[in-house]
Amino acid sequence: MATTERTKPDGEPMGAVEEIEVRGHIIDSLLLPKILDRILQMGGTFEIRECVIGEKRTDPSHARIGVRADSPEALREILADLVEHGATPVHSKDARVVPADIAGAFPEGFYCTTNQQTQVRLGGRWIDVENQEMDCGLAVDAEAGRAWCLPMLETKLGTPIVVGHEGVRVVPVERPRESSLFGFMGSNVSSEKPKAVSLRSVAESIRATRAEGKKVLLVGGPAIVHTGSSPHVAQLIREGWIQTLFAGNALAVHDIEQALHGTSLGVSLSHGLVVEHGHEHHLRSINTIRRLGGITAAVDAGVLTSGIMCEAVKQKVDVVLAGSIRDDGPLPEVVTDAVAAQDLMRKAIQDVGFALMIATALHSIATGNLLPAWVKVVCVDINPATVTKLADRGTFQTVGIVTDVEPFLRSLAAELAADAAAPALD
Amino acid sequence: MSALNGVSSKPRVLMCPADYFGIEYEINPWMNVQKGSDPDRAAAQWRALYDALGDLGAEVDLIEPVEGLPDLVFTANAGLVYRDLFIPSRFRYRVRGGESPVFERWAEGAGFRILSLPEERRFEGAGDALFCGDVLFAGYRFRSDVQSHQWIGEQLGVEVLPMELVDPRFYHLDTCFCPLAPGAAIYYPGAFDDYGRSVIQSRIPRLVEVRAEEAADFSCNAVVVGRTVILNQGAPRLAGELRRMGFATRPLEFSEFIKSGGSAKCLTLRIDGEEAAAWKTAVPAAVEAAH
Repeated sequence: MATTERTKPDGEPMGAVEEIEVRGHIIDSLLLPKILDRILQMGGTFEIRECVIGEKRTDPSHARIGVRADSPEALREILADLVEHGATPVHSKDARVVPADIAGAFPEGFYCTTNQQTQVRLGGRWIDVENQEMDCGLAVDAEAGRAWCLPMLETKLGTPIVVGHEGVRVVPVERPRESSLFGFMGSNVSSEKPKAVSLRSVAESIRATRAEGKKVLLVGGPAIVHTGSSPHVAQLIREGWIQTLFAGNALAVHDIEQALHGTSLGVSLSHGLVVEHGHEHHLRSINTIRRLGGITAAVDAGVLTSGIMCEAVKQKVDVVLAGSIRDDGPLPEVVTDAVAAQDLMRKAIQDVGFALMIATALHSIATGNLLPAWVKVVCVDINPATVTKLADRGTFQTVGIVTDVEPFLRSLAAELAADAAAPALD
Repeated sequence: MSALNGVSSKPRVLMCPADYFGIEYEINPWMNVQKGSDPDRAAAQWRALYDALGDLGAEVDLIEPVEGLPDLVFTANAGLVYRDLFIPSRFRYRVRGGESPVFERWAEGAGFRILSLPEERRFEGAGDALFCGDVLFAGYRFRSDVQSHQWIGEQLGVEVLPMELVDPRFYHLDTCFCPLAPGAAIYYPGAFDDYGRSVIQSRIPRLVEVRAEEAADFSCNAVVVGRTVILNQGAPRLAGELRRMGFATRPLEFSEFIKSGGSAKCLTLRIDGEEAAAWKTAVPAAVEAAH
C-alpha cells in the first residue's frame, strides 16, 4: 500500500496528526482501502505505520495509520467519520508535568527537545509545541492549552515542565517532493556538485521564502569580507533579500574597515596587496565607530557610507552581533554576554524561513541549535568539515555547498538581481 | 451439545404473533405513525406466513407477544445464531431495547449459550448479519456498528465482511441482501456503495440483482426454506429469476408489515441456521477449536 504524504511548500509539516487503528476483517471487506480513500476524499493524508495481514481468511488483520489534516477541526471531522467504519483512535496518555523544583534547572527526567515539530498531549488533546528548539525542556500551561520549548536557564521555580516521553510525540519532517536543492542534494556534503544548479536552487528558495512573507537569515563570517564579497552581500541586503543578520565582531569590523580604508585585515581589496600600516586599519575603524557611539550613529553621521553594515542599518535589517573572547574592541553593538546574545538570536529567528550560513563554523552551529528543523539551511564553506559539523550537531536539514564564498555570493547576487530587474511581483 | 441440534432435522423458525404489532414510533423511513397498520390484516398476513412455513415442513417456535413492544414481531432482530451460540441484539433505538431481555430469555430456554456483545456496541442480529457459505456478511451504519461485526468475527473465528449500508430505506442488511444457498444470493446493488458491491460480487458466484422497484417492495426480505423462497408478492421479476435458478417461490402479502419497514424475513429467525450457512453441515468440532 502506498504511503501518501504532503507538505506545505516550505516543507513545514501540515497541521494536525492523530493515529488510528483498524482491526478485524479489513482486507477482503475492503474496509481498509475504504478508510484510506475516505481520508483522502476528506482532504487529509495518511501514513501506514504498521499493517499486519492475517494469514487465513478467518484471521483478523490490523493496521496503524497516521492521519493528517490541515487543522485540528478538519482532523476531528475525519476521525469522526472513520470511527463509523471501525477505526479507533490510538489512545495515549497525557504528558506528565512536574513543577520545576529549583530555578534555572529542569526537574530530573525532563523531556529533552529536538528541533523537529513536537506535540504534547494535555487534557486528551495534542498541542503543538511553540518555539521549537533543540536541547530545551518543555514548559506547559495546561489551562491555556499551550506548550513551548524552554531553555534550561529560563526555568523559574514552579514552571510546569514535561517529564518522561509519554504524551510527547515528534511529527517527522517530510522530505519535500519537488526537485529543489533539498530534494536532489539531500544533506550530502561534497565539493563535486554542479554549482550552477545549487546556486539557482538557493536563489529559488530565497525567492520562495520572501514570497511567503518569511524572513531570510544570513549568518556570516569575516571571510565574506576578506574574499571581497562585501559588495555582493551589501547588494543582497539593499535589494531586500536578507532581513536578519547574525555575525560576530569580526565581520562587522572588517566590513567597516573596507568601507573606511579599502582594506580587510590590512590587505587592499582592490589590488590584493598588504598596505603599509594596514594592520592598524581595523583597530582605527573600531575606534572611529566607538568614538561615534556605534554603527548606526556612524551611518547617521555620514561616516559609514558603504558595505554590509551600512546597508543593514539603512534597510533596518535585524542584526545580532555576538562577541567572542578574541574580539578587538569590540564594536558597541556587539553583545558580549553570550547568554544575552543567544536570547537575542532566539527572538530574531521567529519568522525566519531560510538560513544562509556562510564561512562561519561557530555562529552557524549556534544558529543551527536555535532553528526548528523545518527552516531550510544552506551552509556555504570552502571547508567541508564546517558543513559536516553543522549537520552532525543536529541541524540535519542542512544542505552543504562546498565552494569559495566570493564566486558563490557574486553569482547569487547576480541571479537575484536579475530577478529584481524583472517586472514587479504581483 | 444442547437439545437444539440433532433432535430434529426439520427447519426451525422463531416467530412472534402480531397481537401487539403496530406503528407506535418512527425509526426508519417507512414508519409513519399517522398511517397505522390494520391489526386484522396484519394478523392475517402473519398467519399466512406461519402456515406457509408449516406447509414447507418447518417447526415454528412461538415467543409470547408483549404489549408495548410492537416490533417484537420482527424476530430476525432477536440476535445471531451460530451453532449453539446466540448473540443477543443490542438495539440502536431505545424503543426496541425492551425486546432484548425477552429474546435472551427465550434463547436461554431454548438451550443456547449466550454470548454478549460489549455494552457500548450496537447490533441487530440476523437483520444485519447473514451467513453465506463460510462467510458472515454484515451490514453496518444505520443500526449495527462495524465494531460489533469485527468482534463477532473474532469471537466466532469466522470471516466477517462488514459492508456499509448507504440508503436509509434499506437500513438492515436483510432488506437488501438474502443468501439463498452457499455461493448464491439475491441483493439490491443500490443499497451498497462500490466497496460493498465489490465484496458481494467477488465472494458470491451466483448473484441475482434485484431491481430498484422490486427492492423497494421488500422483495429481498425473503425467507428461504430448503429450495423454496417466501417473498413479498410484488416482485414478479425476482420470482421468475429465482425459479430459473431452481427455487420454488411462495409470494405472500406483507403490506401491513412493510408499513413498519419489515417483510417475510424480518418476521422470522432461523433457529437451526440459515440454509446458506455452511456451518450447518460442517463438522461441529471446529466450533470447539474456536473457543
